[in-house]
Amino acid sequence: MKRTIFSNQLLPWLLLAPQLIITFVFFLWPAAQAVRQSFLREDAFGTRTSFVGLENFAYLLQSPEYFNSLKVTAIFAVSVTVLSMGMALLLAIAVDRMIRSTRVYTTLLVWPYAVAPAVAGILWWFIFNPTIGIMPYVLAQVGYDWNHISSKTDAMMLVVIASAWKQISYNFLFFLAGLQSIPGSLREAAAIDGAGPVRRFFDITFPLLSPTTFFLLVVNIVYAMFDTFGVIDATTEGGPAQATNIMVYKVYFDGFIGQNIGSSAAQSVVLMILVLILTVVQFRFVEKKVAY
Amino acid sequence: MIENRPGLNLLAHATLILGVCIVALPVWVAFVASTHGPTDFMSGTIPMWPGPHLVENYSQMLGAGVSTSGTPPVGTMMFNSLIMALSIAIGKIAISILSAFAVVYFRFPFRGLAFWCIFVTLMLPVEVRIVPTFQVVADLGLLNSYAGLSIPLIASATATFLFRQVFLTIPDELTEAARIDGAGPMKFFRDILLPLSRTNIAALFVILFIYGWNQYLWPLLITTSSDYYTIVAGIKRMADAVDGLPQWHLVMATAMLAMLPPVAVVVGMQRLFVKGLVETEK
Amino acid sequence: MASITLDNLGKVYPGGTRAVGGVNIDIADGEFIVLVGPSGCGKSTLLRMVAGLESISEGEVRIGDRVVNKIEPADRDIAMVFQNYALYPHMSVRQNLAYGLKNRKTPKADIEKRVAQASEILQIGPFLDRKPAALSGGQRQRVAMGRAIVREPAAFLFDEPLSNLDAKLRVAMRLEIKELQKRLRTTSLYVTHDQLEAMTLADRLVVLNGGQVEQIGTPLDVYRKPASAFVASFIGSPAMNLISASAVPHLPGTAHAGQIGIRPEDLTVTPDGPIAMNVLAVEELGAQRLVHGQTGGERITITLPSDAPLSDSMNLSYRPDALHLFDKDNGKRMD
Repeated sequence: MKRTIFSNQLLPWLLLAPQLIITFVFFLWPAAQAVRQSFLREDAFGTRTSFVGLENFAYLLQSPEYFNSLKVTAIFAVSVTVLSMGMALLLAIAVDRMIRSTRVYTTLLVWPYAVAPAVAGILWWFIFNPTIGIMPYVLAQVGYDWNHISSKTDAMMLVVIASAWKQISYNFLFFLAGLQSIPGSLREAAAIDGAGPVRRFFDITFPLLSPTTFFLLVVNIVYAMFDTFGVIDATTEGGPAQATNIMVYKVYFDGFIGQNIGSSAAQSVVLMILVLILTVVQFRFVEKKVAY
Repeated sequence: MIENRPGLNLLAHATLILGVCIVALPVWVAFVASTHGPTDFMSGTIPMWPGPHLVENYSQMLGAGVSTSGTPPVGTMMFNSLIMALSIAIGKIAISILSAFAVVYFRFPFRGLAFWCIFVTLMLPVEVRIVPTFQVVADLGLLNSYAGLSIPLIASATATFLFRQVFLTIPDELTEAARIDGAGPMKFFRDILLPLSRTNIAALFVILFIYGWNQYLWPLLITTSSDYYTIVAGIKRMADAVDGLPQWHLVMATAMLAMLPPVAVVVGMQRLFVKGLVETEK
Repeated sequence: MASITLDNLGKVYPGGTRAVGGVNIDIADGEFIVLVGPSGCGKSTLLRMVAGLESISEGEVRIGDRVVNKIEPADRDIAMVFQNYALYPHMSVRQNLAYGLKNRKTPKADIEKRVAQASEILQIGPFLDRKPAALSGGQRQRVAMGRAIVREPAAFLFDEPLSNLDAKLRVAMRLEIKELQKRLRTTSLYVTHDQLEAMTLADRLVVLNGGQVEQIGTPLDVYRKPASAFVASFIGSPAMNLISASAVPHLPGTAHAGQIGIRPEDLTVTPDGPIAMNVLAVEELGAQRLVHGQTGGERITITLPSDAPLSDSMNLSYRPDALHLFDKDNGKRMD
């Protein structure tokens, strides 16, 4: 809270106007529309709209497709988070041991952050291309017949790998910062107490890293749920047979391709509630942002 | 390091080299593919070493594109991406720094409400309100325009919070000295706050440029005219179109060009990039 | 140059907390006034009300003949030196000095002349083109003063300007401020919690406690005739001995007093003195020594020459006119 303040009354509103107008027109209004549309249904020809109460939601809850999407989203988010954070932690620990080469390795590891999810999808799609990709060729040597166009498992693995790959650099940077902020004297004290490197990691480093880990857990789940649209659209488009149809993709698909506005809006509302929960969780953790 | 264990160091280096290879693998494969001619993909697997067609492939994509895919030359798409990324980065910084200034340095009725309006944007990523937002932009006649590509994406609670944190660390006495020195609010903003926030602005710019360049869903929806295609959204259309006769070398050349500017920004401005990344999340 | 008048000045914060109340001070043109008191006594609030950085809830501030209650800080014709200097970190020393003049549309040649003058007075010429971060604490302090001087204001306001300096530099800068003010004859209002700084700088002292003025007077007046037990305890080092009158009922003339006070240097050791003290500790200061002891359950301190003999118990006497008596109800001086 500032002690010195300017006393103008009109000026702050002028300063806030651009932000508030954009927020209202492109955020609040559409969100309100989504809520409104979630209570409406259009007839088959799009000529009449009627109020149907919670029917869209009831329909969603009875829809096996929607449950499938929930399940797919959960598997996808957990796999991406675990794979990406695991790799990143391993690399961060290795770099943290380095003295001279920290910077070089960091540079070599951070750049995938800059690759768009859609482009990441295209790259891995090419590598795993069943006819000419190198990975199916390698896998065939060990007797695995890779085909993400027909196999649900392969398709899921493809989008998980592509999404996790892009997120490694982000997790790596935060893990490295977390590791470097642990005072060296703590590890030295543990070494004097007779703990070897592995023991030191589990007894000292990992517990002290838990705020970073928790923060990254939330960020990665949010990433997997919302920012991976490009990966899915560039590779599997939700298929085969709905195997990679995560919730965000389904909202888009039902709304734009399927033209089922009511259902898409109801799904939007469910997603908003999910983001709300995730944001609250995140802000309980980094509280200072909310207090003003 | 506490005790000298050569074995562990070796293991660490091995892990890192393997990690760097995994991270680099898809880009290497794409690069190699982009240097070959169309016939090299007919026979079985993709080659692992660069071919002789680098200049040819890239100049074809930059200048002419693939006529059958309905996408414009990559040069045009890159230009559109650049306009979008710059508009989003500059727009976000401008409106966020102004609103942070208002929230921190003024007391006015409904200040709390204004703050919550900004805050709530955090909870509404474009992906969850995609259909009604598209309708609003269509109603405003902003489809197929640079304004439509950028303006709906420039409201940002994160950037506002970042500037708010920066302003809160600037001592009150500095503001008081400026007031006694005869600086009104806007003069104070221009002469004191802006120069003192310079590095934060630069760091944020790096992050937001990447964010803007990498937008996918939004440009995909609101650009139907190929004149406004951005490269990240256009590449998918191109890949779809060439699926029939696989011109992989051209798709991968486009992918390389789509990655080049943001990767160059990250590598070239690594210090600012890390600062921006850590600060926007704090 | 101008006089400053605080007329029944008061500050009540939203929420009802009263920081300052009923303050009346007349500051003559060219006078150096020091506001002194413990932290939280309202001295900074008072200064900030004069500066215009804090709104005025009661009474009036006049600078010259003008009521300035509603006037912006920049238009009050005052300059302020802050505790943490508040130099603009991104501007050079020269730009820091010139900023206020530039905002006032002072002609360029005039700005240059005044900056040159101020930098000569304060000997900051060699680092005019450096940034504040490249300066030492003392140099920053000088630049902060320079920023006030170039403005040639009607009054200087100082908000604990020396408290961020180390002890030695503080003494040197104290003297410099004193000399500077003598030379420029600019009306000055100076806030400090350090009573020594207050004594050495002030033409007149204003002792504040709990948002109220306890006493206004020249340093010697305040020292010799403290208006209350609070002032007595606050001004002077080592502090005046204050003992409850009931602890020494045998002393003459103290019947109606709540507390009696005697300065440590006013007590002498005599074999038949009326106050018997058990010595607890001795602090050597070099030129003199402080002897701490106890009488009738009350702590007492005396200053003795460093060659004076010491023993475990001493009898103390005093001149009758060195005795200060304070009322038992309100702590005010009785005489």
